[in-house]
Amino acid sequence: MTVETINKNQQENIISDRQARKSFFSIFLKWEWLLFVLILLVIFINTRLSPFFLNAINLSRTSSDFMEIGLMMLPMVLIIVTGNIDLSVASNMGMSASLMGLMHNMGINIWLAALAGLTLGTLGGVLNGYLVAYVKLPSLVVTLGTFAFFRGIAFGFLGDQAARNYPSQFTFIGQGRVFDTLIPFSVVLFIALALIFGLVLHRTIIGRQLYAIGNNEPAAKYSGVPVEKIKFILFIVSGFISALAGLVLAARFGSTRPDNGTGLELAVITAAVLGGLDINGGKGSMYGATLALVLIGLLRFGMGLLNIQSQVQSMVIGLLLIVSILVPHIGQQIRFLKQVKFRWQSILMTVGLLVVFTAFFIFFFWSRAPIIAQF
Amino acid sequence: MTKSILKLKDISKSFSGVEVLHRVSFDLQPGEVHALLGENGAGKSTLVKVITGYHQPDHGDIYLDDALVQFVDTRDSRQAGIAAIYQELSLFPDLDVAENIFVGRHPQSFGLKVDWRKLYDEAHELLDSLGVTIDLKQKARHLSIAQQQIVEIARAFSINARILIMDEPTSSLTLSEVAELFALVNNLRENGTAIIFISHRLEELFEIADRVTVLRDGNYIATTKSKETSRDDLLRKMVGRTISSQYPKTEAPLGEVVLQVDQLTSEGLFTDISFEVKSGEILGMAGLVGAGRTNVAESIFGIRPATSGKILINGLEVSINSPQQAIGLGLAYVPEDRQQHGLIPAMQITPNISLPKLDDFAKYTWILNKKEKKFAYSAALQMEVRARSIWQLAKELSGGNQQKVVLAKWLSTHPRILILDEPTRGIDVGTKAAVHKLMSDLAADGLAILMISSELPEVIGMSDRIIVMREGFITGHFMRSEATQENVINAATKDVRIENLS
Repeated sequence: MTVETINKNQQENIISDRQARKSFFSIFLKWEWLLFVLILLVIFINTRLSPFFLNAINLSRTSSDFMEIGLMMLPMVLIIVTGNIDLSVASNMGMSASLMGLMHNMGINIWLAALAGLTLGTLGGVLNGYLVAYVKLPSLVVTLGTFAFFRGIAFGFLGDQAARNYPSQFTFIGQGRVFDTLIPFSVVLFIALALIFGLVLHRTIIGRQLYAIGNNEPAAKYSGVPVEKIKFILFIVSGFISALAGLVLAARFGSTRPDNGTGLELAVITAAVLGGLDINGGKGSMYGATLALVLIGLLRFGMGLLNIQSQVQSMVIGLLLIVSILVPHIGQQIRFLKQVKFRWQSILMTVGLLVVFTAFFIFFFWSRAPIIAQF
Repeated sequence: MTKSILKLKDISKSFSGVEVLHRVSFDLQPGEVHALLGENGAGKSTLVKVITGYHQPDHGDIYLDDALVQFVDTRDSRQAGIAAIYQELSLFPDLDVAENIFVGRHPQSFGLKVDWRKLYDEAHELLDSLGVTIDLKQKARHLSIAQQQIVEIARAFSINARILIMDEPTSSLTLSEVAELFALVNNLRENGTAIIFISHRLEELFEIADRVTVLRDGNYIATTKSKETSRDDLLRKMVGRTISSQYPKTEAPLGEVVLQVDQLTSEGLFTDISFEVKSGEILGMAGLVGAGRTNVAESIFGIRPATSGKILINGLEVSINSPQQAIGLGLAYVPEDRQQHGLIPAMQITPNISLPKLDDFAKYTWILNKKEKKFAYSAALQMEVRARSIWQLAKELSGGNQQKVVLAKWLSTHPRILILDEPTRGIDVGTKAAVHKLMSDLAADGLAILMISSELPEVIGMSDRIIVMREGFITGHFMRSEATQENVINAATKDVRIENLS
């Protein structure tokens, strides 16, 4: 197959195989770098504010506090890349852990109970995946339904009871440390899985196909991407990992209650979006999401050391999230401004909003801080 | 010569250092249809956007009724009586015709409630004055594309437009709809409206335009009266060289039957479709928009499998339920809608090319970047994709180059059967000729090609055989030697259902 040059005189070298050269500084404008700088900033400020921040035992404990969120975030990143979402992860985790707790209370072997929990969580994923991929319902609605449904089942299993007294071999998953170091087992588990998920997303055929689906699903389908199958598998994996996170949480607490992990799905999505993922799909990286998780973890830990109320902590994280969406927007505005006209109204709006939020936050913080200090 | 209503003098415009318009002059007289002609990227759209105030020229002046004007944005130009209708229509699908005409400017009584009676009366009057009849209470989503265009024109005239710009208005119209639209345009011309008309279909320009201005690579080339020029002359001006034969079809030796379709039926879409394509053969599929040709292609490719009937490849019956299976069987499908189905515009050229056959660039699911890059580079070179680099986003390319990327992508799967759906719609003359040459070469290499096209000269010029569809049925079958525009159109519009012509 050869196409003769029809228009030889018009262009000699029509296309290059090189990436466009970027300036040295533009690399640092990437969102991931900004997150990295923010992490360094948070570490620096916190070490100045509290002598307990750079304490290995504290850091070890606080890192294991975030591993359930981290685990559930891994499949969530893949799902968001395809332009979908799974709101049922935390409910699924509560449901699976509750089944395990119930079986443990009935005297069944803990590993058998754990296996049953994992199976149930995976089945929950099968339900989500089937409805989204093959019945073609929107994932937001499907998982909003199973979000309530799974949590209801969790209460069905345990009611107002709790499961306790797990054997120490089991609690090792959540509390144990590897080889007499301070590194928690759950952190090792997370890092291993994060590597696998990251490599799948960025280096394999399936990862490429995920981005294709997120950017243009019909075109992906027309190009032979098995769209339905991929979505189905994604939600199943998400179900399995949620159940696994449920086991880690139960092992860390040493107990299971049916309301375990309520609201964690929002923390998971916050980390993913703060990490630069586009909720409409097609953009973002595992690297960014993991950095955002670390940033949120360190922020919460630092604020905890300063005795800042958890509601205020949530406000800070919420503000950070809004800023993370605003920053690229402002960047665009500035570029726009150079090119065409002075759109000062929108800049003013943005800055104004930020000032209002910050003022509100400072007011809240200063008015409450002394009271907290009294306790 | 009458006074000109709009005059552009020495307009230049650059985007980030690249000059897209270089000292272009243009003038428009009341009561004339002035066609703007040029390949993709020649600067037609930019010129239109300068006229409508969407872009401001870096250099040069715009005169309206001989008075110097400056449009800061599109609102300014609209107030001055300039209206533009683009390829993508912008009606509100759930509002009816009359509401769409007056959207945002509903006549009101006492400033409180919409005066519906007045709304419908005025809409009726307006459509009457344009000499067309459309049910005013029809929702826009139920209108044909031609009718939607008429509503857009009516909307333009409800704000007293004196200058109407039409950007490729006929690209998705059927023949009879084009005739209807042209009758309306003639009507407007007689009432003194000045019309700027953009189209890639040269035949139409001779039918409708009074004068033609040709642009090439952002430069003004010439303005001629359409009566005093010829098709070849215009082509030469557009491309800057002579295109010797428009359809470089060579006779290829025909081989075995590769694809055979037997009584393929899909409820409500098409019925009893039977045909065969031999290796080395180009089978043309003609018909009007909506005749069901794309549905047949999509069912063969496994996107919407047919409900009954057989598909045989190399004489063996196969069932194709997904595009993956189709690709595995050696099929490739270049879809009609490049933006939605053909490409992933937000991704770079390289991953677009490698997407259907990622297996070839991977070892145990692990993508080998170097191999992929090398392949994409050679494929893009071979197809002469014009871009800065193979890492450029597909959406930044012109229509013709996007189509080349889609072709490169599908040829990378080494297909034995290639289905092309409107392969040259909306692309410039140069690329069009390249695509035709490519088709001819591929057939000579032994590919079986099924080409769907609504452009009659293309179907007749490129095909070995032609089948014609109408409303889901095959209504005609012609050998290359017996096909003429007349008998193909007759088959495409006839009511008698003739089945199983072989």
